[in-house]
Amino acid sequence: MGALAFLSLQSVELVYMAAAFLFILGLKRLSGVKTARSGNALASLGMALAIAATLVRVGTEVHWWVLAGGVGLGTVVGIVLAVRVQMTGMPELVAFFNGLGGAASACVALAEIGKFVGGDTGGASVFGVRGADFAVAVVLSILIGAVTLSGSLIAFGKLAGKVNRNRFGPIGGRLLNVLLALLALWMCHLAGFSDGSGGLVFSYHLILAAVALVLGVGLVVPIGGADMPVVISLLNSYSGLAACATGFVLHNNLLIIAGSLVGASGLILTRIMCKAMNRSLVNVLFATFGEEDSSAKDEGYSNVKAATAEEAAPILDAATSVIICPGYGMAVAQAQHKVRELASILEKGGCEVSYAIHPVAGRMPGHMNVLLAEADVPYEQLFDLDQINGEFQNTDVAIVLGANDVCNPAAEKDPNSPIAGMPVLSVWDAQTVFVIKRSLSAGYAGIKNELFDLDNTLMCFGDGKKFVDELITELKDQ
Amino acid sequence: MMLLLTTEIPNSADGELSFLIIGLWIFLLAIFTGIELITKVPPTIHTPLMSGANAISGITLVGALYCAGTGYPFLGQLMGFLAIAMATVNVVGGFLVTDRMLAMFGSKKGKKKSKKGES
Repeated sequence: MGALAFLSLQSVELVYMAAAFLFILGLKRLSGVKTARSGNALASLGMALAIAATLVRVGTEVHWWVLAGGVGLGTVVGIVLAVRVQMTGMPELVAFFNGLGGAASACVALAEIGKFVGGDTGGASVFGVRGADFAVAVVLSILIGAVTLSGSLIAFGKLAGKVNRNRFGPIGGRLLNVLLALLALWMCHLAGFSDGSGGLVFSYHLILAAVALVLGVGLVVPIGGADMPVVISLLNSYSGLAACATGFVLHNNLLIIAGSLVGASGLILTRIMCKAMNRSLVNVLFATFGEEDSSAKDEGYSNVKAATAEEAAPILDAATSVIICPGYGMAVAQAQHKVRELASILEKGGCEVSYAIHPVAGRMPGHMNVLLAEADVPYEQLFDLDQINGEFQNTDVAIVLGANDVCNPAAEKDPNSPIAGMPVLSVWDAQTVFVIKRSLSAGYAGIKNELFDLDNTLMCFGDGKKFVDELITELKDQ
Repeated sequence: MMLLLTTEIPNSADGELSFLIIGLWIFLLAIFTGIELITKVPPTIHTPLMSGANAISGITLVGALYCAGTGYPFLGQLMGFLAIAMATVNVVGGFLVTDRMLAMFGSKKGKKKSKKGES
């Protein structure tokens, strides 16, 4: 650090310490819905402090195009993305941000290697000059960061419905993934521990980044769309771990702490998602589950009773308690505002309305909650699986809207079912169940849903938003 | 403690293990802190939690800013520029969008209150 640095290293460290404190305090305040917003504000204050101290420390002997250009471009893009994103697009945005986090960490590590080879290395290896911890931290940053970047972009593509498994040919095959992983490890070794000219050492690191990028694609491509909540959570964790590794490269405690917090957060969400599907992480990542096209499987039902909005509305009108169970279909149909409107009409008639949210409903943790919050549904009406499962037996009508496997009785009743043991919403305990759905087709698990055949189930075929709208019209007429 | 924290990036073989070990201690404790904190976050705000985590992982920006210093060859500068731009997107975009979401969750005060007291 040059003589123009205004702050001593100690002072900067103290500011970093304050930032770490604010991050932890901010996360602590996320434990309540009411305090969460102030928690986010505290964390951003911590970030602002850390950035300001760093800018002062870096001083004015800088390449301005790197500093101002990077910050300016990032700020503009960040603001535009954050302001313009639709709530239905949140999973894609988070996937994209995960990727950027990983990529930034990999780039910092590459920049450090650039600086290293720019100096006089005398043809020695990174290990030989800077020691094992630096060499290992650099290759780990690049490896994790690059896997996170390409994996996240594929996840983004899958969420946006733009990635087709078949277009990737052999990439994503299990054997190829193992080979790529081995190649990546070998490149790690060459990059960090082999002697050579600066150009050669830098090339090894670039090749490592390239191999890791392909590996990231290969790891995420075979994973089914409905497993995206797990994948996004895991990539979230990776982006934190990449920052952590960069902290070891730069000897920066703040990066290690913040990276670990994010890493832990992603890991916990991953675990919650896996538990909600009764599957292990290994099973999600390496077993192809429900990836086959299951659109045509609507045979095998014998007791299906269809109802139009006109027939369904009187039942709703008479109900005193209604539980709405939204799924990914609600997000696709953008039906959340109509759902809220329907709930208001029912509430005006003295009916009690609540919402049952399965942890894996939607494409990311908490997806349904955000959509409903956007539609002004009070969060006090949103209930977890555990909180609400006992309530269905005292409920007049359960409305399943664009959800399928998360309320399949086979999970509880058929030990041979692929989803056996998965915790599900026991909607069938309600007096009447409305299933609003386009057709009888199977969900991501590719299996029949016995719920459609039950005596107290009415199938309401149609687009979620349109059907709810029809219900609203009918109820208003009455 | 202060001495260890203020150690400049060591080039000598003697000093190099010290940061690694301290770093690993910090890593261990921070992971446990994170697990304790995040376990208490209600599922309702898991999406803002993730976008907030995105913002915090933008902490890489603090590291990336040092790459703007002189002493980096052109390729290093280019990588530094990319790192700064991407990490800034994470920080700015992450905190903003998280605030946007949490504002939706918190804005129910003046409006109709939930009637559901029990369950």
